[in-house]
Amino acid sequence: MKLITKIPLILVGLLLIAPLSYAAQITVSKDGEITSIQQGIDQAQPGDTVLVKEGRYVEYDIRINKRITLLGEGEAIIDGDNQGFVVVVEADSTVIKDIEVHNSKAGFMDDYAGIEVDGAHNVRIEGVRLVDNFFGIYLAKSQGTVLKNNHITASRQRETNSGNGIHLWYTKDVEILDNYVAGHRDGLYFEFVEGAFIAGNESENNIRYGIHFMYSDNCRYERNTFRDNGGGVAVMYTSNVEIVDNHFADNWGSSAYGMLLKEINRSQVTGNTFTNNSVGLYMEASSRNNVEGNQFNQNGWAVQLMANSTDNEFHKNNFVANSFEVSTNSRMNYSNNFDKNYWSQYEGYDLNRDGVGDVPHRPVRLFSILVEKQPQSLLLLRSLLVDLLDAAEKFMPVLTPETLLDSKPQMEPVL
Amino acid sequence: MKALTILKYQWKDLLRGKWIVGYGLIYLLIADAMIRFGNAGPKAMLSISNIMLLLIPLVGMIYGALYLYQSREFTELLLAQPIDRPSLFWGLFGGLAIPLALAFALGTAIPMIYTGMIVTANLQSILLILMLGIALTLLFTGLGFWFGLKFFEDRVKGLGFALVSWLFLAVLYDGLILLAVFAFGDYPIEKPMLALALANPIDLARITVLLEFDISALMGYTGAVFNRFFGSMLGISVALSCLMLWLGIPLWRSQRQFEKKDF
Repeated sequence: MKLITKIPLILVGLLLIAPLSYAAQITVSKDGEITSIQQGIDQAQPGDTVLVKEGRYVEYDIRINKRITLLGEGEAIIDGDNQGFVVVVEADSTVIKDIEVHNSKAGFMDDYAGIEVDGAHNVRIEGVRLVDNFFGIYLAKSQGTVLKNNHITASRQRETNSGNGIHLWYTKDVEILDNYVAGHRDGLYFEFVEGAFIAGNESENNIRYGIHFMYSDNCRYERNTFRDNGGGVAVMYTSNVEIVDNHFADNWGSSAYGMLLKEINRSQVTGNTFTNNSVGLYMEASSRNNVEGNQFNQNGWAVQLMANSTDNEFHKNNFVANSFEVSTNSRMNYSNNFDKNYWSQYEGYDLNRDGVGDVPHRPVRLFSILVEKQPQSLLLLRSLLVDLLDAAEKFMPVLTPETLLDSKPQMEPVL
Repeated sequence: MKALTILKYQWKDLLRGKWIVGYGLIYLLIADAMIRFGNAGPKAMLSISNIMLLLIPLVGMIYGALYLYQSREFTELLLAQPIDRPSLFWGLFGGLAIPLALAFALGTAIPMIYTGMIVTANLQSILLILMLGIALTLLFTGLGFWFGLKFFEDRVKGLGFALVSWLFLAVLYDGLILLAVFAFGDYPIEKPMLALALANPIDLARITVLLEFDISALMGYTGAVFNRFFGSMLGISVALSCLMLWLGIPLWRSQRQFEKKDF
């Protein structure tokens, strides 16, 4: 075929595609024709972009009920004025980008949120700044949604008048990437979530948990940082979670945990660092988990392993300068296995120089049991008397679990 | 100024005796070994502070008493000179306590400098350990002087008292606290416990170390009393002022004794 005969075909093709690919842009600005965002959305056709120019728009209960892109330019702020929800997304494939959402209502009857996604799938929320909302981003019954690079902060002081930064309820295959959450009740909250991927987020200074995670199987979270949250991180009632390369730091308090695992089964906890927490890793009623290649530095208790946890494997972790390495609440140990870890409190020797200590290490000190019984005795930590008692117990375990030991303690840090 | 002159003679005497160099070398070796095996991290600092809590009170007290006995002739000779007694006392005390403190400080600091730990580790922790070691040296040398002067004629008794009181303060005292905790654990005993701990200079120093290195564990305790005490500047300031009291009282007592003593 000659080129000349192709040209009409191409032209016709282009004409056919044009209405599909062409999307109108509707501009909302303080001094333009359209001054309200809701008005802009109402005028848009599915697939259009609503561009919001710089300025503060006091509006609430904005409904996005068709597939549009809501795009901010400059410092475009939607201020809910503590009246209700700010933005509610009801349409699939909506995109919200580069905009600021402030001041949703706080209340006990409704879960008011800066951005609520209810029953809409494949929504994308990116580069949004949420300030002082009750809930930040609230996803309910959503699939395939992506939250990326959002900055979510709140400054409410009490658990009762503060909501969660990112709240997920009954969602599937959601991706949460590189967000920052601070000052909310729970930084991230997951309930009945399937297959979420959570990476590169930072969650700090939240009133309760950095991440609060329940009934959410097959999720993976990696490279997140959870710092200085009221209760640390809680992961509960879930199977098959992958917790990889996260950083848990500075969670201080009588019930603050770097990470609390309760009824977690068949999960991976690998490559994480636990630094400066009151309790690094707390495990209760958790079974068949693999804890490998983690770094426990300067925690009060590196690992608290309750006796109702069974068949957990602790391999090749580093325990450095923790006040207590492992503590437990019973003399029994049900097949939890410690192997090839590095313990900075190990006092054995390595005569054949193969890098493995010749005598097993018992990470549960007698003193940790005394503290378990009488917490006040914590004041005697690092006393010569306590060291003497510990040494005596190590020779002949009477009160500490006999089988909880690392038979191949490493002489050098393993990571 | 006379005190300074005496102090100078004392230093010369001490250095000639060589043992002070040995004392410094012990710290040098320990610190070097700890840093080598502990990878210059907080673990090394903790080990050094443990050694410090063990060794300084023992050496300070025993040598404080022993030195008075050894330099009896020297003291009596100086007493015959026109020197007032307070100057002589402070000269003698400074002449012993300051070199001891320096031996500790240099012995621990030098390995930290040549291993580069002073840059990599937390400077605040290093300074805390050095200051605490110096304060403990002054404190326990003072206590040693007190025992030495009290039992000036009966050396065995003086040394015995120094040894027994070290054993008491370092081990038995904590045993008593532990017993009290288990006997009265059901009552709100945090405040009396804190008071008891602050009444013992070794415990006091130990708690200051805890405040620096184990604060994450201490904050894990459920009681509000501890949390308020440890979680604020209050803890550090109360501990420091108690330490000052412990430094002041034995020295004041021994100076009084020295002034009144009929040599």
